[in-house]
Amino acid sequence: MAPDLLSVRDLTVGFATENGIARVLDHVSFAMRPGEIMGLVGESGCGKTTLARAILGVLPESAGIDSGAITFGTTNLLGADTQAIRGRDITFIPQDPFGSFSPLFTVGDQMAELMRWKSPERAAGERGYKRERRRNDAARIIAALKAVQLPDAERLLRKYPHELSGGQRQRVMIAMALLPEPRLVIADEPTTALDVTIQAQILKLLRELATERGASVLFTTHDLGTAWEICDRITVMYAGQEAETAEVADFFSRPRHPYTAMLLASLPTQGSALKGIPGDVPSPFTPPPGCRFHPRCPRASEICRASHNETAEPAPGHHVRCHHPHLWPAA
Amino acid sequence: MKTLRRLARDRALVTGMVIVSLLVLAAIFATPLSNFPGHVTGFDPAFRLKPPGEVFWLGTDRMGADLYSRLLFGARLTILISISATAVAVLIGVPMGLVAGYFDRWYSDLLMRVSDVFLAVPQIVLAIAIAQTLGPAIQNVILALSATYWPFWARIVYAETRSLRNEVFIEAAIAMGASPLRVMVLHVLPSIASSIIVRTTIGMGATILAAASLGFLGLGAPPPTPEWGRMIAESREFLPQAWWYATAPGIAILLVVMGFNLLGDGLRDAIDPRIRRGS
Amino acid sequence: MRLLALALRRFLWMPPTLLGLTLIVFSVSHIIPADPARVLAGENAPVEQVEALRRKYGLDKPLPEQFVRYVTDVVGGNMGQSLYTQRQVASDLVERLPATFELALFAITLAVLVGLPLGVVSALYRNTWLDHAVRLVTIAGLAMAAFWLAILLQLLFSMQWNLTPVQGRIDGWGPDPITGFYTVDALIRGDFATLATSLRYLFLPMITLAIPAMATIVRFTRAGVLNVMNSNFVFYQAAMGLPRRVVIWKYILRAALIGTLTQIGLVFGNLLAGAVVVETVFSWPGLGTYAYNSILQSDYNAIMGFTLFTGAVFIGMNLLVDIAQAVLDPRSR
Repeated sequence: MAPDLLSVRDLTVGFATENGIARVLDHVSFAMRPGEIMGLVGESGCGKTTLARAILGVLPESAGIDSGAITFGTTNLLGADTQAIRGRDITFIPQDPFGSFSPLFTVGDQMAELMRWKSPERAAGERGYKRERRRNDAARIIAALKAVQLPDAERLLRKYPHELSGGQRQRVMIAMALLPEPRLVIADEPTTALDVTIQAQILKLLRELATERGASVLFTTHDLGTAWEICDRITVMYAGQEAETAEVADFFSRPRHPYTAMLLASLPTQGSALKGIPGDVPSPFTPPPGCRFHPRCPRASEICRASHNETAEPAPGHHVRCHHPHLWPAA
Repeated sequence: MKTLRRLARDRALVTGMVIVSLLVLAAIFATPLSNFPGHVTGFDPAFRLKPPGEVFWLGTDRMGADLYSRLLFGARLTILISISATAVAVLIGVPMGLVAGYFDRWYSDLLMRVSDVFLAVPQIVLAIAIAQTLGPAIQNVILALSATYWPFWARIVYAETRSLRNEVFIEAAIAMGASPLRVMVLHVLPSIASSIIVRTTIGMGATILAAASLGFLGLGAPPPTPEWGRMIAESREFLPQAWWYATAPGIAILLVVMGFNLLGDGLRDAIDPRIRRGS
Repeated sequence: MRLLALALRRFLWMPPTLLGLTLIVFSVSHIIPADPARVLAGENAPVEQVEALRRKYGLDKPLPEQFVRYVTDVVGGNMGQSLYTQRQVASDLVERLPATFELALFAITLAVLVGLPLGVVSALYRNTWLDHAVRLVTIAGLAMAAFWLAILLQLLFSMQWNLTPVQGRIDGWGPDPITGFYTVDALIRGDFATLATSLRYLFLPMITLAIPAMATIVRFTRAGVLNVMNSNFVFYQAAMGLPRRVVIWKYILRAALIGTLTQIGLVFGNLLAGAVVVETVFSWPGLGTYAYNSILQSDYNAIMGFTLFTGAVFIGMNLLVDIAQAVLDPRSR
């Protein structure tokens, strides 16, 4: 098997708040292979956005990494300043295509700014912006806009962000995420802010383009249906921990964590909002002892309340953090 | 308790609160606190323009009166003027803003246009004109300040009432048959009270500064009233020898206005955490 | 387009607002107990002379009629005669305008040049000792009585250290007017001695007016920068690894400065108000001193003239700000 592209080991992140420390991530571990599309699924507040920000190295000031490691290829992302890696090897597609552009510069200016610093042609530490590279980059930008199915690219580049529709803006964001030819794209709920009708198109586009270019995508969403449509593998998060990781087919047909099973059972046949699990998500200030899911879990026993659960791999490529996982015969 | 603890941690707020409390205490206990309560307005040629020392902590003025004692009695005046002026301004501005914001009729626009007219010229310019017309007296200063500062309350109450107008709980109250007056007083007013309080706190500072300016220009309370602004004006002919004469009242004004501003900023941050990160 | 429409609306509201302002000031100044005709004629003038003057200036007519007549005159460019200087109020104002504008422009320039960088630095290094120091100075600057600051500066700079004149605008007569700004005129004529003198006279009143203006600018710039720093596009640019200096100096600053610009318009209006007090302390022969003197003399034509003029400048500044904002912010085009 190919070596992991990205590996997160025992990552623990706390936020300093007025009410004390909130442990938003608690010993999270998972890995991504080159070229795969991984879905990071969970309810809001489960820590998936914090995880995405931790990988990018842009946690807010109030957050601190207490333990763990994030390794990208052979680079330790927690060790050094990742500014050179960000936007080059790892790029980002934000949740909010409306606010993520500066309103005062044209789309073209902002794409050119990105290429000035992050173009694949740019040598490390290069000064200035030579005319030749500028010309090549401009051609790349036009090509990238064509690839995300934005016709009339030249005119679009002269427009200001507020003159574009939400879908157009998110297409530009995808183009910008792929322009530096990254190995990993982190997409944080990239379609939440868009119309349902456009969501599917954008996701398909993202999947196609990433696959074509051999980039991996880490895709966070609260929507299992979306994850099912575009992901190769899925990691479910619950209360700051990963609960289960599996290939998409395995995940939907043979869920092992009771939380996953309940999520799948709660899916309406059409549409796919997460709902209908009794109980509340535990507070990150006072998580329950033992397994974090036990207060809501029908399978919980004494051991779940008493002892911390470790992630196991009951089947190849299928990780689950549970004392009493559902057991399935091998496929 | 948690809210209180959070408020206590806000240094700006606490500083403001301490300064304002000290001002109030100084005003209330001016007589027992002062060294020469009987000679605040007297004339003692023997003690004219004495520098600060053991007897006269902050020195004496041109009449031989103890500046420290005069400052204390001036605090009383300052409080009286700023509280009355803001109170009147609130009483004019808040109902106007409420009515203009709650109803959507021709007079809503008119009321706001009137307040725009008052805002079209710097407040102090109008206040000076009014104060001069009415003649130098404390109640005229109060009148001049409230007549020029009320639009600030009208503006903010109007804007907040407008945005509340379509809230469910307001519409529900109307649907239940509550009279407009009832809705305004029992539902709208409590919801916008915090903004009014913040505005009023900062307004206190502004009126103190304006009142001192009027006093300085000779349009405030007549002599020998221990008005801070007038004390500074009187000091001018004795400079540079009597340096202490202008210093003490100026610092008093600075501290008190700063106190109200800090208190207002702190309250605003405490009430609206959204602005907090911005300030 | 939206903002331009707003600017147009504001422009159209200018005449009614000024009319309202005239009405207010007219009402205020006509409850003056003093008899303007008597003031005009002098203490000891015979009754017949007073009455003649009263008729001449229409002071015997009912107030509404006087008001309509005043407004008609103002529209025709005639602001009436100053009872005190015995000259046309309009020409009095024009004559004093350069002194006030020179002072105000120097003050606002200083306030912007110092306030903007301080506000930016204070936001970038927020919660450090530097930020705390800047904020303390800002809070004090906003709470200081301008006249007290003026006296303090006179005490130190003029009386103690003998560096600047106590008051006035120039020694003797100013340079022959071209623009009416002594500094500019002296510069054009190459008269550097006069330039130096006028700068020395300008120094203290400029500082006095600049400090509260600077405090306001620092406050708004700081808040604006912090606000933009929290915006999503700054997060996106950081996540994409754009160099921090590019993000700050190009994207954050540009966005924050548009907000500050709107403040500079208001601050300039407040400078004119501050001028009434500050010019008085420094005997600066501008509009402020004129206004103060005419108020003391119950010279109501002059009072109304000054108030109307200030109102017009105030509204005009807001209009300029709207237009500037429309030019700088593509969203409002």
